[in-house]
Amino acid sequence: MLRRKRNLIPFLFLILLLLATITAEWWLPVSPSFMDSNQRLMAPSSKYWFGTDHFGRDLFGQTIIAARVSLLVGFTVALLSTILGTITGLIAGYYKKLDAIIMRIIDGMLAFPSLLLALALVAALGGSITNIIIALTFSFWPVMTRVVRSSVLQVKNIQYVEAAKTSGVKDPVILTKYILPNVLSPIIVQGTFIFARSILAEAALSFLGVGVEPSIPTWGNMLQESQIYITMAPWFSIFPGIFIVATVLSLNILGDGLRDAFDPYSQGKKKRKKQPFKQKKQYAS
Amino acid sequence: MSEPLLEIRDLNMHFPMKQGILQKTKNYIKAVNGVSFTLNKGETLGIVGESGCGKSTLARTIVGLLKPTSGDILFEGKSILQYNRKELHQLRRDIQMVYQDPYTSLNPRMKAGDIIAAPLKAYNQTNNLKNRVLELLELVGLKTEDYNKLPHQFSGGQRQRIGIARALALNPKLIVLDEPVSALDVSVQAQVINLLEDLQEELGLTYLFIAHDLSVIRHISDKVGVMYLGKMMEMSDSESLYKNPRHPYTNALLSAVPMPYPTKGKKRERIVLKGELPSPSNPPNGCVFHTRCPFATDFCKGNVPALDVVEENSSGQYVACFYPRENKQMEFPR
Amino acid sequence: MLEIKNLKAYIDTSDGVVKAVDGVSFSIKPGETIGIVGESGSGKSVLAHSIMQLNPKPPTFYPEGEILFNGKNLLQLKEKELRKIRGNEIAMIYQDPMSSLNPVFKIGDQLMEAILTHHSMPKSKARQRAIELLTDVGISDAEKRFNSYPHQFSGGMRQRVLIAIALACNPKILIADEPTTALDVTIQAQILELMKSIQEKYGTAIIIISHDLGVVAQMAEKVLVMYSGRIVEKGNVEDIFYHTSMPYTWSLLRSLPRIDSESRTRLLNIEGQPPNLIHPPSGCNFHPRCPFATDQCKTVDPQLSKRSADHSAACILSEEEFNEAKKRIEKGEQERRMEHV
Repeated sequence: MLRRKRNLIPFLFLILLLLATITAEWWLPVSPSFMDSNQRLMAPSSKYWFGTDHFGRDLFGQTIIAARVSLLVGFTVALLSTILGTITGLIAGYYKKLDAIIMRIIDGMLAFPSLLLALALVAALGGSITNIIIALTFSFWPVMTRVVRSSVLQVKNIQYVEAAKTSGVKDPVILTKYILPNVLSPIIVQGTFIFARSILAEAALSFLGVGVEPSIPTWGNMLQESQIYITMAPWFSIFPGIFIVATVLSLNILGDGLRDAFDPYSQGKKKRKKQPFKQKKQYAS
Repeated sequence: MSEPLLEIRDLNMHFPMKQGILQKTKNYIKAVNGVSFTLNKGETLGIVGESGCGKSTLARTIVGLLKPTSGDILFEGKSILQYNRKELHQLRRDIQMVYQDPYTSLNPRMKAGDIIAAPLKAYNQTNNLKNRVLELLELVGLKTEDYNKLPHQFSGGQRQRIGIARALALNPKLIVLDEPVSALDVSVQAQVINLLEDLQEELGLTYLFIAHDLSVIRHISDKVGVMYLGKMMEMSDSESLYKNPRHPYTNALLSAVPMPYPTKGKKRERIVLKGELPSPSNPPNGCVFHTRCPFATDFCKGNVPALDVVEENSSGQYVACFYPRENKQMEFPR
Repeated sequence: MLEIKNLKAYIDTSDGVVKAVDGVSFSIKPGETIGIVGESGSGKSVLAHSIMQLNPKPPTFYPEGEILFNGKNLLQLKEKELRKIRGNEIAMIYQDPMSSLNPVFKIGDQLMEAILTHHSMPKSKARQRAIELLTDVGISDAEKRFNSYPHQFSGGMRQRVLIAIALACNPKILIADEPTTALDVTIQAQILELMKSIQEKYGTAIIIISHDLGVVAQMAEKVLVMYSGRIVEKGNVEDIFYHTSMPYTWSLLRSLPRIDSESRTRLLNIEGQPPNLIHPPSGCNFHPRCPFATDQCKTVDPQLSKRSADHSAACILSEEEFNEAKKRIEKGEQERRMEHV
């Protein structure tokens, strides 16, 4: 998959961003929290690549540091909703009796507008990364559940699952060794999409003021603060915006690439010839 | 051998058809509708029939994937429908299945060796696991290197071999084979058929072989049963059935099989069936075959023929027909 | 009428070039029935689709060869002209009748569409013709059935409808690609008989493609045996089935289970599996599996050589050599059978 240029570029971008943000303190020429009151809202220059914000801080540094929150939130939400969604999706898909109960709960969760939930949490507990993560996980967990459940419903009727039952294999093993590995591809793909959407969601929430507290730089917060200065210092909003777009786009393209890589499963392997008589009648019943 | 290995008594498998918002059961699909037979150790019973006759459903019920609506299944003289979960789990070791489609009957994410080992692991027979699997691989004609390969690296015939090895892993007494060669190329079919025959001899296996291909059934079976719409129409030893079919349906089937040599100018006696296959949710009254039988009379419309002995030879020739065909040799003009 | 000269159809895949059809030549006269026998990977389906130019152009390409239909090379015609021929002069029916009909249109309408695409006539006349065709293919109550939808028909009846659609414009050639593989054996017999009676009535030439030797034996006058993209034996049906001197054909016939066989016969085992079309074996494509193979077979690529008037086979063994080897193998099989018993 990484052979195609289309997938390589986004992948490299994300890796670079990740490395950059982790090691930021070591290589940034100017400390991002250093406030130079003489250099407030300066346009991009050789010293301040992205210009400065209203406190005179280096916007480039700020943008890079802000990536931490976005990547952290995105990753954590994706990971948590994937784990939780996979568990519920597997159970709902495999056990018909539990399906109805689980899906009604999940449908309820889906119906919840994530924004309102985030607002409520922030109002009750204060804005923090943890609360954002909780709210977003709550929103995306049902999405993953549905994806997993529908894949499980398909896979559980394929003959090798039946064969495993006839061989005496017990349910937990069937779920982990027979069903899970064969539904991995939609899970991974959906995971990357959730990653992307969480970043957007966090930015939106912070922009609206119900996200992470303003003292921590996030792309959303930067957009929020830059609103008033948009005519004077457009670079303040542009750069965080570009980074949001770039990150989300990269994740989406990677997600597509992953899906393509998993889907034509036998593509790239020995293509002996078209499958012999796949259309041959299945003499069932 | 005093008792048969497998005995089926008046087995019924009816699937409810649910309709409407309230999912009320309106009708039943009578997939298997009163089937009885016995199978002795070391024998191969071939069940043949066209689509919708219920042979696959019969196979799945015997293997335990479906619970029959009524009737009894006796394995080694004991009724297995009374077994609890634990006993059923143990029973699985003795009755295994080989599936039709080599492309969907193997987990694409598991290595061949693991697929074969799965039943052994399920029953905690993990002593010397790898050696046992390698033994099985060799038994079915695969190589040691194949242990670590994934299914998509094998051809159809090889995948079926893996499926067979998997079925043999627990040393079963009975193997049910559901169309094991239908999805294979002609040149590969012979390989797998020969393999199955060799294994039967070597390991003393008993086969229940389900297929729609009459020639394959002729070749491999000792006894043959012909099914139509969930009922057994005729059952006898292979030679008698093919040389001397008594039921009109069997005659029609055999006369419809195209012979692998030219018969231009030489007409074979063909029994043409009229009409269409009735729906299994609404089988005809009386003899289920009467709507298409060229010899049906009014009597056939109202009465159900039992599977009765028509000829007393070695294992008996049983026909479910009020007017079985005469004892006449089947002709294959050359 | 139709002449195929050294046709090659290759397919570009990510693993390499699949030589699906690798130099095939044959011809059909009007009203003839030709059977093409082969297993998967033999190229028979690609060949059939090539005649109608239905293979997707990338990745399929035709490096060599001609398909001459009444003098015109179909490989060089533009799409517009090809469309005039497809369905009109050359028609095709496929393996799976379940999915070849559009489920949302009445079958009568689909049949009419086939008629009206090539011949403009008032709708009423087309409808009449459609009902005629439905009756011809053995669908009773044709006028009522005209308004049915495909899902209301069984497999056999759908195949009849497809045959009717194929015959709508009285084509000169009907290509049937595994027409009965998905059908029950009793229905198969009906459909094959139908095809024969149609041929008698309309004089259509039929190319029947099947992996089932019985079907081909019953229908064809001339037979082509394909393996690995090539024709390995060509002849009339008696030659192929009774006097074959081609190891592949012979082995295939001997490996078939038969309903008229004696109990406990042993099938001939053909080792190995169908060849890789991207990297076919050196020399003769069949040699790794051939019970008659000699050392020479690994290096020499056999061409079709004449055995008799209409019969040719692609094997380096002469007829005598073949017969001798055949006796040896049959003896070996006998001995093995003795061991078994």
